[in-house]
Amino acid sequence: MTVRWDVLVAILGMALATYACRAGGYALLRTFRPPPFVEAMLRHLPGALFAAYVAPPLVNGGLYAWAGAVAVVVVQILTRNMGLSIPAGVAVAWGVQALGAAW
Amino acid sequence: MEETQAAARRVIFTRNGVWRGVRDGLPLWLGMLPFGLVIGVLADGKGLSFAETVLMSALVYAGAAQLVVLELWQDPVPIGAVIIAAFVVNIRMAPMGAALASWLDRLRGIRLWGTLWTMVDHSFALSIQEQRRGGRDAGYLLGIGAGLWVAWVVTTAIGYLGASAVRLPPGHPLYFAGVAAFISILVGLWRGPRADLLPWLVAAAVAVAAHRLGLPVPLPLLAGTIAGATLGAWFEMRRKATP
Repeated sequence: MTVRWDVLVAILGMALATYACRAGGYALLRTFRPPPFVEAMLRHLPGALFAAYVAPPLVNGGLYAWAGAVAVVVVQILTRNMGLSIPAGVAVAWGVQALGAAW
Repeated sequence: MEETQAAARRVIFTRNGVWRGVRDGLPLWLGMLPFGLVIGVLADGKGLSFAETVLMSALVYAGAAQLVVLELWQDPVPIGAVIIAAFVVNIRMAPMGAALASWLDRLRGIRLWGTLWTMVDHSFALSIQEQRRGGRDAGYLLGIGAGLWVAWVVTTAIGYLGASAVRLPPGHPLYFAGVAAFISILVGLWRGPRADLLPWLVAAAVAVAAHRLGLPVPLPLLAGTIAGATLGAWFEMRRKATP
């Protein structure tokens, strides 16, 4: 039940940064309308962000990560349910890694 | 006549609206469950204590940001890097409040700033639908956000306790769940190859290249995101310019 000081500072900083996005975005954007290019960038930000996030672990992860990724995509398209696609991806990644270890 | 129209447009904030939001948010709890569990498992793997994990979920309450930050997590904590990462991941929420202005502009004080504190992707999306149906009770937004907050804190706690009970070794395939969560989000965000294929590939390539160059966290993430979003915006503006 410990809370280290550096962890506490990091959590409080994250909380403030997040609230700045939630509330500061509202406060700013209702007074200043950003240029259209910035608005378009904000729309494209989530996809680019998550693509940039998953790429390094996939490239470095090897076959088991790619097999898991394909499973997630297929199950997510078929079911539109994260509760199924995440476990499916983990199961396939786990299976492929276990097979690789057996060889 | 004019008076009734004005009355219909008047935004209210009632206990009823809050409870309706909580109820409408209930089906989303199931979708949140795997995400919360993943956060708990990763937090345990990175050596956070139970109290620290629950505190982070309770105060930050932003799944994608927590996932990214936990991936960067080291001991001692790179405080600047995790704060920047949280900001970059959550900047997508900045336009949400502005889109809900017809409700929020009518609120004052704690109702306004407190409701904004609970705003997440789900409560935003459902509230936009409610507004389009003619809904005028801004308590709805708070109800969904507050209800999901409870689910979030509880599921991350369960994930943490489960992972620390079985003591996962580092590199265990269960940690792939973090990447899997984002891949499933990407599937939902996909709007077709014309809009997304090249921007996403560029974001991925820049992130991998920056990673290979040994740039410190969260620079690879930042560089990839900015490169991809800029390219996407540029394509979009060019398509608009040429009818």
